[in-house]
Amino acid sequence: MTKLLLGRYLPGDSWVHKLDPRTKLMASFYYIGIIFLANNWQTYLLMFVATMVMVAASKIKLGFFLRGVRPMIWLILFTVMLQVFFTKGGTTYWSWGWLAITQYGLTNGAFIFMRFVLIIFVSTLLTLTTQPLSLADAVESLLKPLRVLHVPVTELALVLQIALRFVPTLMDQTTKIMNAQRARGVDFGTGNLFQQMKAVVPLLIPLFVDSFGIAEDLATAMDARGYQGGDGRTKFRVLQYHQKDIFAGLVMVVLTVSLVFMRA
Amino acid sequence: MSFTYQAGTPFAGDGLKDITTTIRDGSYTAIIGHTGSGKSTLLQHLNALLKPTAGTVTIGDRVITSETNNKNLKPIRQQVGMVFQFAENQLFEQTVAKDIAFGPENFGVPSAEAEKQAAAMVDLVGLPQAVLEQSPFDLSGGQMRRVAIAGVLAMKPTVLVLDEPTAGLDPAGRNDMMKMFQRLHEKQGMTIVLVTHQMDDVADYADHVLVMDEGHLIKEGTPREIFQSEQWLADHQLGLPKTAAMARDLTKQGFHFDPLPLTTDELADQLAKQIGGGAHD
Repeated sequence: MTKLLLGRYLPGDSWVHKLDPRTKLMASFYYIGIIFLANNWQTYLLMFVATMVMVAASKIKLGFFLRGVRPMIWLILFTVMLQVFFTKGGTTYWSWGWLAITQYGLTNGAFIFMRFVLIIFVSTLLTLTTQPLSLADAVESLLKPLRVLHVPVTELALVLQIALRFVPTLMDQTTKIMNAQRARGVDFGTGNLFQQMKAVVPLLIPLFVDSFGIAEDLATAMDARGYQGGDGRTKFRVLQYHQKDIFAGLVMVVLTVSLVFMRA
Repeated sequence: MSFTYQAGTPFAGDGLKDITTTIRDGSYTAIIGHTGSGKSTLLQHLNALLKPTAGTVTIGDRVITSETNNKNLKPIRQQVGMVFQFAENQLFEQTVAKDIAFGPENFGVPSAEAEKQAAAMVDLVGLPQAVLEQSPFDLSGGQMRRVAIAGVLAMKPTVLVLDEPTAGLDPAGRNDMMKMFQRLHEKQGMTIVLVTHQMDDVADYADHVLVMDEGHLIKEGTPREIFQSEQWLADHQLGLPKTAAMARDLTKQGFHFDPLPLTTDELADQLAKQIGGGAHD
């Protein structure tokens, strides 16, 4: 349970932490978008340097970002291998039947690798520096225009917030129930596939029962306090853009312009 | 023995620091301490659910260190039965009988025999035989707790570890349950380790007490030794059992108690002598 990095917030007061969550959310998606503009050494180098500057600005150790890459490493290597073996062109270094390692293949492989790593770094940066609830607030705020189309934005945001709020609770509960069943002689993670699937039943059923209980209690508590979403409900944390956010936006513009000029 | 949570991350937190103690075979040990003092963490070392980050835990003739392999721990888990807080959360089977039989079956007892045991266990925890074929989720909270405890007892452990087993039960249910553990302790010589906030239970049942505070074992001894100084208890956010508190109030009125009475009977006896009546019976 302790290895799950996605959605884990590291408290801090760095420049990146203090950015408005809406800025971070939009900038992250935008940045991931413009990574696809890079197509030569210069542009990839630019993006790499930019990412490293952002990582440094967050004052979070590089190790956390590398740990974010670890669970994806096989997928990345598989994709890189496909690129290396199946891209033709340039000098051929090695070939066997229809497999060949060529100059283009190697460069493409390296580019794909960079692209994966940069995307993972940026999304890890977002989740490490932003509290999940702030992210939910940001989503709500950014989706507000859709209210004109009668999209239930507040309710959607509430669902998102509740889901995020209960991730740690359910993880705690999972650990507790796993311990209780291990104490009754269950071995999690051993035996063949069938045995492992069977071992999950004593974990999942109590967890489901518990989740329904939590949901019911929460609904009652919200009713009791007269919860009503939507119009007229004000927020305790009011989101506001500051100079930093404008600066972050400018950085994105500068990066985009540079990429367009430098790409092949 | 020491234990650190999430060692090697910025979230690392000390769970236990340099604990050295022995829980004797056949004893009734109570572990007390305020919330977050490391009681539950200590318990989980007793059947190798957690392994010490430094030092060793010896359970019977098995020695557990940080390097111990996760395999082959089953004999320990069978020997040391563990009842967690809100144990009713662990129920999952379709019938009570199957749920109670789940533990023994995991330790290799044949199904038929395990279900026969289930019937005996239901009796032991004071539930009617009729519940055996019911779904555990149709029972009341207190009954579910009993089923869960029956499920642990069915594994025939020699040591029973109880983490606040009576939390959230009504006074009658609490009393019944504590009496049941006492019977197991007396009749079958079961070693019992009890984590509790009920000082009365400590005074009534335990013969050995461990006091935990912020991951340290700060005091160890008989209940009488532990409850001697009220000031010390208050400093560590603990209280006196009702009997000792009453004796203290009476001391202010001019009564004298020696030794400190812990059970109601002891208090009544000493009191009877001082007000001139015969011995209490």
